[in-house]
Amino acid sequence: MRFDSLLDSVGHTPLVGLPRLSPSADVRLWAKLEDRNPTGSVKDRAALAMILDAERRGVLTPGATLLEPTSGNTGISLAMVAKQRGYQLVCVMPENTSRERAQLLAIWGAKVIYSPAAGGSNEAVRVAKDLAAENPDWVMLYQYGNPANALAHYENTGPELLADLPSITHFVAGLGTTGTLMGVGRFFRENKPDVSIIAAEPRYGELVYGLRNLDEGFIPELYDETLLTTRFSVGPGDALRRTRELLELEGIFAGVSTGAILHAALGIAAKAVAAKESADIAFIVCDGGWKYLSTGVYEGTLDEAEDAIEGQLWA
Amino acid sequence: MTIEVRIPTILRPYTSGEKSVSAQGATLQEVLNDLELNYPGMGERLIDESGLRRFINIYVNDEDVRFLSGLQSAIGENDSITILPAVAGG
Repeated sequence: MRFDSLLDSVGHTPLVGLPRLSPSADVRLWAKLEDRNPTGSVKDRAALAMILDAERRGVLTPGATLLEPTSGNTGISLAMVAKQRGYQLVCVMPENTSRERAQLLAIWGAKVIYSPAAGGSNEAVRVAKDLAAENPDWVMLYQYGNPANALAHYENTGPELLADLPSITHFVAGLGTTGTLMGVGRFFRENKPDVSIIAAEPRYGELVYGLRNLDEGFIPELYDETLLTTRFSVGPGDALRRTRELLELEGIFAGVSTGAILHAALGIAAKAVAAKESADIAFIVCDGGWKYLSTGVYEGTLDEAEDAIEGQLWA
Repeated sequence: MTIEVRIPTILRPYTSGEKSVSAQGATLQEVLNDLELNYPGMGERLIDESGLRRFINIYVNDEDVRFLSGLQSAIGENDSITILPAVAGG
């Protein structure tokens, strides 16, 4: 496949069958390999779409500085795109994220400002909003509320899935900014409304939920509950177990959030088998395992791996 | 029927710091009523006139009750309930 530039190659990711994890010939699992994007994560789609949209709206002028709260992947994607389009990037990232994320941000020339571990991404959002107020010339694309984020998935990820798997019955993805689920969900509601849209939400350690009061809770502005069929909370134990099964049985080396998504997908598959229904269940491989190597999650027992990511933002 | 309910850090002042407590009930509403009985004040942190509070998520066996039957969701033997505040991902 030939493209005019790296940015033109974003998306068009492979959808691969999982013959060993699929429970039967009638209930099949399909993995959409978003780790094949330029920086190795699904966030390349949203980052490119948000920057191109801001350029079209005239919000971004040459040499502008972008600001973004991110637990890592979106920041890395924005850094890659920004470098090629001639912008600076400042990321606000929680300090309890893997070392590789900071290294990758530095490689693509982004500056990192750390937010406190307690409160997780909520704190990153708060700190970024304060910085935006202090630096009115900076442009915050704000992935949690930017329609271009979901639109990237409405215009690309959704149509790619339907073209590759016309018999799709279920779509499962992670719930972070909600962009993937909202975009793909809206696409299927309009084009194949019987497809179930399932969210897998990572359940972190207690540190991440360390809010001072409940009014500090956060729901992304993009979130529209009516687009989802259901939503599961997946803890680190299940996420790690599935991440390793994906590697052992199918050879796919994915990050831990993908394990959480696979866990929800396997739950749906088991229900379909029990109900004697056929199903084609597609799910998102958000990123590869590379940037989690230093955390130790692929080594030792599952209990040791769980200890290793306690308190970390692993998705 | 006794149900295990996992309590988030922010609500543990009501449970003397207990991470997990037992409650009775056949629906989520009954379980929450029972929690309020044993841990006065907790109920209004979870629900208001319109139902489940906006920044509170409750899961029965890891499934979000907003996609089950909300406060009327049936609770069975061996089910577990997890209460969490809504936080940002991404």
